[in-house]
Amino acid sequence: MAKYLLRAIALLYLLFLLILPVGLIVWQTFGDGLQNVIDALTSEEAIHAFQVTLQVAIWAVVLNTVFGVGVALLLTRTNFPGKRLLNALIDLPLAVSPVVVGLALILAYGRYSTVGGWLENAGIQVIFSIPGMVLATVFVSLPLVVRAIVPVLEEMGDDQEQAARTLGAGGWQTFRRITLPGIRSALGYGIVLCLARALGEYGAVAVVSGKVVGETQTLTLFVEERYLNYEVPAAFAAATVLALLAVGSLLLTTLLRPKDGN
Amino acid sequence: MAIEVRGVSKSFGRTPVLKDVSVDIVSGSLTALLGPSGGGKSTLLRVIAGLEVPDAGNVLISGVDATRLSPQRRNVGFVFQHYAAFKHLSVRRNVAFGLEIRKRPKAEIRARVDELLQLVHLEQFADRYPAQLSGGQRQRMALARALAVEPQVLLLDEPFGALDAQVRKELRTWLRRLHDEVHVTTVFVTHDQEEAMDVADEIVVLADGEVKQAGRPQDLYDNPASPFVMSFLGPVTELGGRLVRPHDIDVTAESVEGSTAAVVNRVVHLGFEVRVELTAGDRDVWAQITRGAAGRLGLQPGDTVHLRPVPAAKSLAAADA
Repeated sequence: MAKYLLRAIALLYLLFLLILPVGLIVWQTFGDGLQNVIDALTSEEAIHAFQVTLQVAIWAVVLNTVFGVGVALLLTRTNFPGKRLLNALIDLPLAVSPVVVGLALILAYGRYSTVGGWLENAGIQVIFSIPGMVLATVFVSLPLVVRAIVPVLEEMGDDQEQAARTLGAGGWQTFRRITLPGIRSALGYGIVLCLARALGEYGAVAVVSGKVVGETQTLTLFVEERYLNYEVPAAFAAATVLALLAVGSLLLTTLLRPKDGN
Repeated sequence: MAIEVRGVSKSFGRTPVLKDVSVDIVSGSLTALLGPSGGGKSTLLRVIAGLEVPDAGNVLISGVDATRLSPQRRNVGFVFQHYAAFKHLSVRRNVAFGLEIRKRPKAEIRARVDELLQLVHLEQFADRYPAQLSGGQRQRMALARALAVEPQVLLLDEPFGALDAQVRKELRTWLRRLHDEVHVTTVFVTHDQEEAMDVADEIVVLADGEVKQAGRPQDLYDNPASPFVMSFLGPVTELGGRLVRPHDIDVTAESVEGSTAAVVNRVVHLGFEVRVELTAGDRDVWAQITRGAAGRLGLQPGDTVHLRPVPAAKSLAAADA
């Protein structure tokens, strides 16, 4: 009896927390027919928001992948003073609120800061433009790739890499032929997580982008703007797309997850 | 000389692991680095391979100073205790790895890999993955992989350490035969004196980061330079303040010149050999005698017998008097 009660409670909880809100969004989106959805998603602003989101997300994923693999190798394959500090710093973005991240970036790279002013003179605008949004997204998704592959690198050990070295492989050959195949699944998992986070990021991007419609508006910002302007169908349509992207990445992660190490 | 190690020192942090070690390894020999765990033998092997950089000293391979060469330029084969199999590659690709890196023609690689797989008896496992092999098969694959690049020296770090006793003995014999076929200068690390005596032409005893003695197994056994080497290479017991091999002790019923009286505590029959545990004065001592000798003496616990080293016995003053 208690067993069924527990199940019922768990299901009810999920129903009110997850299924009802997400289901209603989908319902609302397609409630007025498919044409409305297509119209809402093919408006000039919507398409632009898509492009901006994609651009920012891809940059963030590429940077975090390169940086993530590098730092993970540094943390697992070398010893240096300050390693524990670096290890702790990697997790900082998880603890700091995205809004704080955004404000900090404005302080550091805004027009009136030293670095920002210098970059501005060189013709690069960081804040209220794409570079700043990429920075913000990279910042909030920084730990995802690193944390996905560090345990796998640790478990793998460096025996295989040393064996490759004694067989005549150089550093890059060893990485490409031995290390990379060993962490492939974990790296894929980290990249998808990072992509999902980058696509859905709101807080930090909202602060540094300036929310300029048709310029620095990402999909999440588009949803917010349309909703506040009472263009509910467009907001719901874009929200559904974001939700579907999230579900898609989640499916990908489950496909990628249980592989390395056998 | 295939390998000359000259005055090599190495510390990890503040712990010295190798202290001014010099070793010569003859071309074509099969040499064992023997010693207790933590004695520095694995570190010395890794220094030869270039996987560790010594703090001082030089390593010459085939007469060339290799001290500053990275491992990929030394042309050594290295076999790890835990196989270090490339998990994502088939057995064939594992063995081919070094040749692929050297960009040899495909046909040549194929022929060479086939030949090696035959040598290590893994022909029918060529398309399997390491996870589908037993420990012994994986280690043979690792050996074939190391041999594929025709290394100047083959280095094995406790190659049979992770295998069970039966497989270990098989592989040991097999390694000896392989060496007789391939003739590559081979150095292997072991903490098992029986393994070293069984397989090696030369044994280097390493302990506390120092070479305690080097030489042919028989010489080391018969003429150990120190009580440590004597007790590490075989059983010893103490008789009259000297270390003696238990099989070098004569047990007689009557007192003879130079003998010591002892009381039998226990007689253990181990097939052909009989181990007699006794007390001489206040010291425990044991002797290893044949079944026939034990039968003639009719040893019973409580009997008093007389012990003395056989005339040709090697003995050393015991370290703790």
